[in-house]
Order: sequence, then structure tokens, then C-alpha cells
Amino acid sequence: MGIMAETKPAARPLSPHLQIYRPMLTMMMSIMHRITGGALYFGVLLLVWWLSAAAFSGSQFNQAQSVFGHWLGMIVLAGFTWALIHHTLGGIRHLIWDTGRGFDPGMIEWMARANLAGSIILTIALWVVAWGMLQ
Amino acid sequence: MTMRTPLGKVRGLGSAKSGAEHWLLERVVALANLPLNIFLVIFILGHLGADRAMVAASVGHPVVGALLAVSLIAILWHMKLGMRTIIEDYVHGPTAKFTLLLLNSAYTLILGVAAISAILTMSFAS
Repeated sequence: MGIMAETKPAARPLSPHLQIYRPMLTMMMSIMHRITGGALYFGVLLLVWWLSAAAFSGSQFNQAQSVFGHWLGMIVLAGFTWALIHHTLGGIRHLIWDTGRGFDPGMIEWMARANLAGSIILTIALWVVAWGMLQ
Repeated sequence: MTMRTPLGKVRGLGSAKSGAEHWLLERVVALANLPLNIFLVIFILGHLGADRAMVAASVGHPVVGALLAVSLIAILWHMKLGMRTIIEDYVHGPTAKFTLLLLNSAYTLILGVAAISAILTMSFAS
């Protein structure tokens, strides 16, 4: 065998990963987009359960309703609401970027802040409306 | 119709055997999800504290039932595409990756069948 067989893995520096960077809002929002997406992936199970219970029987449906009406269930649903709105607004941000717009630093920062603030404000607004409808 | 050049079509078709269509499809389904999610939120708001008969009657309405079915298909499709990307990003062992991709398909398919079955049951019952 020639020289080629003697190659050892060189101790090269690896490409820098998350821990090397100073945390930034845009970076955190990117991570949150993926986390909320992953959470919604399992949260949809609740929606399908609710629909199936409604189709199945009155007692099944009442059971589902009592779980969602419990304070613990409502905390989960509030998280679901926030994740859905956060991911939807983040999705709009991505669709804007996909058209090639919104890449200047000021706009990127503004959209990240608007995404975060909008998700919190809309979640609270939705729950205030829901609470008002239930009273 | 295609918006891609012949070179663009074959570029990047390495070991994954596919290129931009997954990315494009994820965007198209995401776009569909925007109005459908708003419909879903309004539907749920409209049925807070509703009993089973009220929910079943609403779902039994052809337009509402159809919109619900389309919403769930679009959501589950987007979920399947998104989770595929997550799995491919973080799971590198061929067996683990294949198993998780299989579970991803099974999970979204089962939820889809359950949801459509529930919607159809209520549609035909009313």
C-alpha cells in the first residue's frame, strides 16, 4: 500500500456549533419555531381525541370535555394556543423570507420581536375572548 | 408546469434521491394552513362548553365537515414533512432514522384516519 493508506484523521477544528455563539433573539426564535412545531406535532393528538370522542359517544365526549375543562387541561391548552400562534407567526416570517424579502438586519430583528410579542398578545386576547364567551 | 431549469432538477440529487420538492411542498401546505388554522380556532371558539349533539350537528354541516377534514389533512401533512426534517437533522444512524421516519408516517396516518373517520361518522349521523 502506498502513502494513501497512512492517512490518519487530522485533529482539525470542527465547525462551531451553538455553544460558541452569543445567544441572540433571532437564534432563540429559530429554536422556538422548531420546538413549538414539535410540541404541536403531539398536541394535535388532543384535537383528534376530542373529535373522535364527539363521534364515539356522549360519555367519551363528556370525559374529554372534563379533561379540557380542568385547570391542568386548560394550562396545556393555553400552551397549545401559544405554540400554535407562535409557530404560525414564525411560519409567516419564513414565507416572507422565502420571497427573498426581509433580510436586512433591522427587519430581521423587528420581525423576531413582532413574532414573540404577537404570539403572547394574541394568545392572551384569544383566551380573554374564550373566557368571556364561557361566562 | 415547472419553475425549475433542467440543471436545477438534477442538482443535489445525491443519496437523498430527491431535491427541492419536499421544501416547496412544506411551504405550500404551510400557506394552506394559515386560513385553515384561523377556521379551526373560530370553530373551537364557537363550541366552547358545547355538548356532543351541538358539536356533531356542526361537523355534520357539509361545509364545516369538509373544511375540518381539509384542515386536519393539511395540518397532518405539514407535521409529517416537518418531523421528517427534524429526524433527518438529528438522527444519523440508518436503523434509528428509518424506524423514526416509519413511526412518523404511521403516527400522522393514524391520526388522519381517526380524524376523517370521526368527521364522516358525524356527517352521516346527522
